[in-house]
Amino acid sequence: MIKKITSRYEFLVFMVILIFSIIIGLINPNFFSLENILDILQNNTLTGIFAIGMLIVVISGGIDLSFTAIATITGYTVAVLLLSHGSQLNIFVVFLIAAVMGTILGMVNASIIYFFKIPPIIATIATQNIYYGLLVVITQGKWLYGFPSWFGAFVKIKIFSLVNANDVKYGLSIVTVIWFAFIFLGWFILRKTVLGRSIYALGGSEASAQRAGFNILRLQLFVYGFMGLMAGIGSVIQALLVQTVAPNSLVGKELDVIAAVVLGGASLTGGVGTVLGTVLGVLLLAVMSNGLTLMHVPSYWYKVVTGFVILVSVAAGAWRKRAISNKKVIIEAE
Amino acid sequence: MFRKNSEILVLILVLAGVLGLMLALNGPSFFKLGNVQSMSFQMPELGVLSLAMMITMLTSGINLSIIASTNLSGIVMALIMTKLAPDAGSAPGVVLLALLAGVLVSAVIGLLNGWLIAYLDISPILATLGTMITVSGLAIVFTRGYVISGFPKEMLFIGNGMILGIPVPLLIFLACAGILALILGRMPLGTRIYLYGSNPTATFYSGVNNKAVLMRVYLISGLLTSVTAMIMISRFNSAKADYGESYLLLTILASVLGGVSAAGGFGRVSGLVVALVILQIISSGLNLFGVSAFMTVALWGIVLIFVMVVKHMLEQRAIRSVAR
Repeated sequence: MIKKITSRYEFLVFMVILIFSIIIGLINPNFFSLENILDILQNNTLTGIFAIGMLIVVISGGIDLSFTAIATITGYTVAVLLLSHGSQLNIFVVFLIAAVMGTILGMVNASIIYFFKIPPIIATIATQNIYYGLLVVITQGKWLYGFPSWFGAFVKIKIFSLVNANDVKYGLSIVTVIWFAFIFLGWFILRKTVLGRSIYALGGSEASAQRAGFNILRLQLFVYGFMGLMAGIGSVIQALLVQTVAPNSLVGKELDVIAAVVLGGASLTGGVGTVLGTVLGVLLLAVMSNGLTLMHVPSYWYKVVTGFVILVSVAAGAWRKRAISNKKVIIEAE
Repeated sequence: MFRKNSEILVLILVLAGVLGLMLALNGPSFFKLGNVQSMSFQMPELGVLSLAMMITMLTSGINLSIIASTNLSGIVMALIMTKLAPDAGSAPGVVLLALLAGVLVSAVIGLLNGWLIAYLDISPILATLGTMITVSGLAIVFTRGYVISGFPKEMLFIGNGMILGIPVPLLIFLACAGILALILGRMPLGTRIYLYGSNPTATFYSGVNNKAVLMRVYLISGLLTSVTAMIMISRFNSAKADYGESYLLLTILASVLGGVSAAGGFGRVSGLVVALVILQIISSGLNLFGVSAFMTVALWGIVLIFVMVVKHMLEQRAIRSVAR
């Protein structure tokens, strides 16, 4: 049983997080304060929610580079509605509008990929540019802020709240709880439903999945639609957290999200990946960036460290895979 | 023979159509010497980068780190020049040293990509994503996000000079395209690249050293980014960590438009060159016509999907006609 746990990739990531945490904690004990940990969780909700959508896309053997553009569009739409009809809306309607729009835009991606057999990376680079280009043309790149007060009040809701030494309140934010809910949803879909198993099958081999009778179109629509859904939800979270919607605030985020998913053990060739791993991947990047800040490392080092960690972990994963396959060959030869 | 050239024929027809359209939109002023010259100064950067992308796509790979590699190489060149020749007058020796250092940097990045992909068997998207983040991070560390500017006049000549009325960057691009066409069309390495792109397993069993092929492909791709860096920092008379980020899509677009198959194994330099000319004419024409740059970005996306759709339909037709 213990060997089964320790031989899993997720355990490796967990150990790396633990080692990083101990080093950071020794240098700056503030790291282990409950306030800091809750802070890390809240600040990484956005990446975390995007990552669940990306994980499912990656498991299906695809990739989506357009979700930040989708999130920018849904965020903008919501912001415009908040500014014009703010008093008639409530938080559920806002989430619903963003979710529906995101899902539709995601399904557009799926249709392009399925019907014209365009590789997902090329199709979504193209739609990213279309979505984003049109958005900036229509909105002229304006920043939107000054949302209704209930929109600002919602994000301050805490499930439990405490007071620190300086009399500042902190606690478990509602935003973090929303993330946890989607972690559960992602885990449930992938582990407990036929749909989840068929997504793994699709990622393992599209041709086999098709011959086994899976409806590839429906699966693709779900996978990219779900990514769009996460983009929509994420855009509202982002608007809640910063109370501003800007056209360029999510640019480049797609790479962080892919990095987190890959660090969590998902394979870009499809068929492999777990929600637990992805959450750990997000946390690994989160702990690293938080630690660099707490250790007073200048922020311009952050990207190098991220890239380096990705390269090392990917290389380590490749070595591990090769070692396992070598072992298999030896056993077969015997 | 016709089949082999039909793709380039289609491209030339598209080119003629686009030219006609721009002529109708902008009038004869579109062909003024000034406009043609400014176009031929703008195209080479994207052109050389597209060559760097194309050669990796031929092996069914991709190189996401080309922009980062270009910027880091340019920054190293810029740092050497501004440190050793701070008054930015004439310093041919320093410029030569800087260029060599830049080439070395991008060669190392290319070899790192090649090693990760060939020897560790990491998928090209992932490997080059990792190097892209690391390398662009290094570029930020080296510059702290600031602009480095002020180069000797020999350096400025590379991006802004003219020989017999032809812009130097255009000559550099043509030289790179010529060399790459020679490698791909006339040398054993080229044949191996196409073979590997079509079927790596079959290539391996015909006695080709696949790892050596991949190493060379990513090395060449890296070297081409240093050429881009020379043109780019010379044209801007400065280097920065985030120049040219919008080029990444365009290089893929140009390659796909020029007949390079995303699945690998097919595509020629001549197709890419015609595709680049088409893209440049559309972008300059729309710009002259007063269309927003972001509208052009959206249009690139639409063009990319359109090209892929047409290709898909042509392939389907070819399959059906074979089946018959």
